[in-house]
Amino acid sequence: MKILVSAKRVVDYNVKVRVKPDGSGVDTANVKMSMNPFDEIAVEEAVRLKERGAATEIVAVSCGPAACQETLRTALALGADRAILVETDADLQPLAVAKLLKAIVAKEQPKLVIMGKQAIDDDSNQTGQMLAALLGWPQATYASKVEIAGERATVKREVDGGLETVETGLPAVVTTDLRLNEPRYATLPNIMKAKKKPLETTTPAALGVDVQPRITTLKVVEPPKRKGGGKVADAAELVAKLRNEAKVI
Amino acid sequence: MTTLIIADHGGAALHAATLNTVTAAQKIGGDIHVLVAGSNAGGAAQAAAKIAGVAKVLHADAPQLAGATAENLAATIVPIVKAGGYSHVLAPATGFGKNVLPRVAAMLDVAQISEIVAVEGADTFVRPIYAGSALATVRSADPVKVITVRATGFDAAAAEGGSAAVESAAAAADTELTKVTGQELSKSERPELTSARIVISGGRGLGSAENFKLLEALAAKLNAALGASRAAVDAGYVPNDFQVGQTGKIVAPELYIAVGISGAIQHLAGMKDSKVIVAINKDPEAPIFQVADYGLVGDLFKIIPELQSALG
Repeated sequence: MKILVSAKRVVDYNVKVRVKPDGSGVDTANVKMSMNPFDEIAVEEAVRLKERGAATEIVAVSCGPAACQETLRTALALGADRAILVETDADLQPLAVAKLLKAIVAKEQPKLVIMGKQAIDDDSNQTGQMLAALLGWPQATYASKVEIAGERATVKREVDGGLETVETGLPAVVTTDLRLNEPRYATLPNIMKAKKKPLETTTPAALGVDVQPRITTLKVVEPPKRKGGGKVADAAELVAKLRNEAKVI
Repeated sequence: MTTLIIADHGGAALHAATLNTVTAAQKIGGDIHVLVAGSNAGGAAQAAAKIAGVAKVLHADAPQLAGATAENLAATIVPIVKAGGYSHVLAPATGFGKNVLPRVAAMLDVAQISEIVAVEGADTFVRPIYAGSALATVRSADPVKVITVRATGFDAAAAEGGSAAVESAAAAADTELTKVTGQELSKSERPELTSARIVISGGRGLGSAENFKLLEALAAKLNAALGASRAAVDAGYVPNDFQVGQTGKIVAPELYIAVGISGAIQHLAGMKDSKVIVAINKDPEAPIFQVADYGLVGDLFKIIPELQSALG
């Protein structure tokens, strides 16, 4: 069974992002970039499925500028077998990425696509669901456990009230939640080996996909600052303030 | 211009976030219709008809909608949107809405605008990005605007006062793509996290699942909901549905009490719009204090019992 995983290059989750003074976006110049953490979980899950004998090949895909090659090398170092970069400097929105992935799926014919549930930059939480829709495949989002048996997948999903178990046939799209696994660190020998693994490059035009953005960002601002920092001495003062000053209890 | 709201409901009743979604639709303008799709969801359909400002309720009732799978719901919603000529399709940004609506958007070949917190016009909306570190104003060029609504950005519409007609709508045939085979839902005496007036959340500072129970007595006294930081959930102190933050639940209660939570940006993203924030932490440098109206530095194991008795 072949698994396709997607890997987005995003501002590292430890970076405190700054809004550009002209309000055109956030400053990503000279900022550390990494693989979206939810996508790392997706790669890890694919590698574990392969280690358990449920998968035979893992193909990692990234869509974006040439620098996404780094992200794909990380996926290869974590255990993906080969990688595909859909290279473009265009502003890619979730629907466009879903269409690009659909075109890759048509070529690669994977039985399972595993993706992060959301990217930590635009926080959209759309691409996996959209890809499943475009393919007419089942979707199992927010997975905290994935089991594959023959042509069926059993997925435990994180839902508002707790957990839900769904069964789907394959092929299917699965999106990862935080507790699906803890991704491994790439070891130095694996990082070296990853440099020799195949990385193919294509473009939206070659895939016949229109990636024209549907949404225009008019401005980006910092949210209103909270005036915090107030302190109280003890529990009694806290209760008094909540009663008499804030009047919330 | 007419908006279709996809109700999040539990069969007999509506999820509270549906009411906030109605307010967002009112800000967009035009007529508001609500679709209640489910199995034996007559109660929710009747409740939707009573919401002030709702002109019509569509009720699709079929056994294949029981599991509320995205596949069967989207297959039902898309023909209704096309036939009804809707300009906007809204759903609350709950686990339900986030799962279903992107599938609807892709089937309509339009973008989705996720988790709006303000409406600036019929095609222009404000949404947080980078865990709420920035607010983006975006404009959609699509003929149908598909939008999830963050409940904390909008007041709840009045649950009573409307008298909309309830019409039945056709459910699509079972896609047979996924089947819900089990549910492990948390049972709690406490109010629901996203709609509670007071929320008490615990973090890694609690140290164990056993210690987390300390918060329960306090929550009972204040009639508060219980939440947790990602660290506490990852450590297994409480189930995943307690998580407040960028990738968990977004809450904005009247009073949020953070106990033993350091205040990572991912957590702040889920609670910083609360009206009053209290932080209890032994580390005076913890970032949570920067957003707290009332910070109390000290040992939570000493402070929590003191709080209990001070509350009387």
